[in-house]
Amino acid sequence: MATTYRTCPVSGLQFEDQAEKLMRWNAVAGVLWLLVGGITALLVILTRWPAIKLLPADQFYLILTAHGVDMLILWILFFEMAVLYFASSTLLRCRLATPKIAWLGFWLMVVGGITTNIAIFQGESSVMFTSYVPMQAAPHFYLGIILVAVGALLGTAVFFGTLVVAKKDKTYQGSLPLVTFGALTAAIIATFTILAGAGILIPTFLWSIGLIKEIDAQLYRMVWWGLGHSSQQINVAAHVSIWYLTAAVIFGAKPLSEKVSRGAFLLYILFLQLASAHHLLSDPGMSSEWKVLNTSYFMYFAVMASMIHGFTVPGAIEAAQRRKGYTNGLFEWLRKAPWGNPVFSGMFISLVSFGFLGGISGVVLGTEQINMLMHNTFYVPGHFHTTVVTGTTLAFMSITYLLVPVLFRREMILPKLCQIQPYLFGISMSVLGLVMMGAGTLGVSRRHWDMAFSGAPFQYEWPGAAYLMMGLTGIFGVIAVIGGGLWILLVVGSLLFGKKLDGGKVSNQPTPIPANTQAASAVAHGSDHVGVPGTVVLALLLFVCFVLYYFVNWKYLSEVWLLS
Amino acid sequence: MSAILPPSDRLWWKQPIDKVEWAWIAIAFVWGMIMFAMMIYWHVYGKQNLSNEAYKTTPELFGAKAEKFIAENTIRTETDQNIPVVKVPAGGDGYLIARLWAWYPILELEKGQTYKIHLSSMDYAHGFSLQPVNINIEVLPGYEHVVKMTPTKEGTYAIVCNEYCGIGHSSMLGRIYVK
Ligand code: HEM
Ligand SMILES: [Cu+2]
Ligand SMILES: [Cu+2]
Repeated sequence: MATTYRTCPVSGLQFEDQAEKLMRWNAVAGVLWLLVGGITALLVILTRWPAIKLLPADQFYLILTAHGVDMLILWILFFEMAVLYFASSTLLRCRLATPKIAWLGFWLMVVGGITTNIAIFQGESSVMFTSYVPMQAAPHFYLGIILVAVGALLGTAVFFGTLVVAKKDKTYQGSLPLVTFGALTAAIIATFTILAGAGILIPTFLWSIGLIKEIDAQLYRMVWWGLGHSSQQINVAAHVSIWYLTAAVIFGAKPLSEKVSRGAFLLYILFLQLASAHHLLSDPGMSSEWKVLNTSYFMYFAVMASMIHGFTVPGAIEAAQRRKGYTNGLFEWLRKAPWGNPVFSGMFISLVSFGFLGGISGVVLGTEQINMLMHNTFYVPGHFHTTVVTGTTLAFMSITYLLVPVLFRREMILPKLCQIQPYLFGISMSVLGLVMMGAGTLGVSRRHWDMAFSGAPFQYEWPGAAYLMMGLTGIFGVIAVIGGGLWILLVVGSLLFGKKLDGGKVSNQPTPIPANTQAASAVAHGSDHVGVPGTVVLALLLFVCFVLYYFVNWKYLSEVWLLS
Repeated sequence: MSAILPPSDRLWWKQPIDKVEWAWIAIAFVWGMIMFAMMIYWHVYGKQNLSNEAYKTTPELFGAKAEKFIAENTIRTETDQNIPVVKVPAGGDGYLIARLWAWYPILELEKGQTYKIHLSSMDYAHGFSLQPVNINIEVLPGYEHVVKMTPTKEGTYAIVCNEYCGIGHSSMLGRIYVK
């Protein structure tokens, strides 16, 4: 248990030695997967761009499988492991429970990720990351994902253990910080998720080596989405925590109400398990009652939770800014925000894009009958590039601008480019999401190599607007790849060549979080209360867009063939 | 003090919630209920609801039923592959097979008539994507999905496969005529 604690002179954050190393390795591994994922993104986009159509069909499906796996599973998961260690060991200023197990988890994830990638690039496993049965991949495709899941489960267990250590060693008093609470939410959901994943991937692995004869196609989809959907809720919990973290670090913002924010996180845990339903809305094997109950009763509370965070995060920033004296008009607090600081600009673009694009499109897509207008069209990847990319990925990117100096003790190189990067990536990716949704609204399919249907016995000519949307997809996709590549370049460049920063004092004892000086009371709150009219206006704007877009889609639906 | 420290007020759960926040929570809640009600409303009054009629089946069983239907109702063949064009009896049952990599056969329907179209797959999952109407339904092996459809406009329609089904996926194009 001999370990050391370093207090960062820039931020005052305290890093335990093992936790710090684990965060670094996980973050770096994540960035490397993002690099592979980014290269595949470029190849995918250049193939779906009708004017270019770079790859032949077999390579396109191979590369698209790699893109899904390396981005959605590997990049996101590795970075999330770093977030978990940060939210536990660093924020609670305690040692990491069982670092050996954390390292085991890390290496399992590395080996698993490489194994699955080998399977994909050998060419026998172009089944997409969803690997719907009965299409079959090579056994090591599934095996690799199982290893990744086990590794992630170990990391999650270490996170829980660390919370216990902090409690036992009394490194903090009172309740967990909100950010840690958010991470706890993510970790609890992750545990469910990974168990659902094991429930489907282990049988599928056994089926691929011939030990199980058959897996029902509908059952597979249901259990698989128990993994696939809930893991998106992990991502949301993680990036919302990062939003709160950013607001706290940049503005010293405190949550408008601890109770509301924590309650909203709790809703994520309580109401998402069956949200896998909204991936099955146009499937044959489920009844309407099941679909309506599971999408609305369970999903709309999760939606409500996101709407709450979408209000309280900017609200907390507005309140902090107003306390500092930016009180003119509705939006001085926002105008005078540090737009040149990529930690803030990235976080704010993430918030807006996730709310306005990802959130609204997701709910509309997840409406039982409306889903028929979009199921498996290009709308779907359009939607989730505005959740898991402009939401989660951009939040991770922006927090990295903070982590490089604090965690890696390097100054960011090329600060001017750092300033531009969140705008370049965030805006192009948002537009990309929009035009992809546009193409999907016109019917264009996802995971589809050829809009001209060469080799088919018939012809079908897509509307000209669909080609226009796909052309724009190409253009903004390439810009987004440049924006993402720039981030990798800046981060890796800074890690290698950035000016070394002073690491700060090292001690072999943790310094606990100073006890609360404020008297425990229920009334201390009232006195420093400030209103947040700007946030109210933004929230109402969101709401109006939401309602309009929602009903426009019912209108579209009412115009198609009659179905019953 | 902030979101990265323990709440400064140790009794944070006793803090009153601000009116504005309550209002927003209420809006979000009511809106969720409206969206919930909307789906049920559409089941009662809407004209576009996905059928719940589905049966477990096997490729052999479904294939045999479909072949019988084709044998009895074919009116001509088209293309150099001689794909049968099958006129579905008005108000009757039609069968559409999804397989690697074709939709089989070609169906002929009449505007304003209601048909029970049986969908199933012989192998992998496929996606029934009717264009340019843009109706999208998952088609799975082992499940026979009976979808009631009423075409509202004449024309030649394409069935694109929009569930990835292997290398020939992008050439899997079918056809429906509406007279
Ligand atoms: C850097 C710029 C990126 C571009 C230009 C891009 C582009 C695309 C496109 C065009 C598709 C749809 C392909 C199709 O269905 O035919 C796609 C699919 C996908 N992308 Fe991205 N993407 C990018 C980054 C990301 C990131 C950062 C993530 C995740 C964190 C991600 C996750 C996915 C997933 C999960 C799919 C679905 C793959 C499948 O259908 O199996 N992408 N991407
Ligand atoms: Cu197909
Ligand atoms: Cu297909």
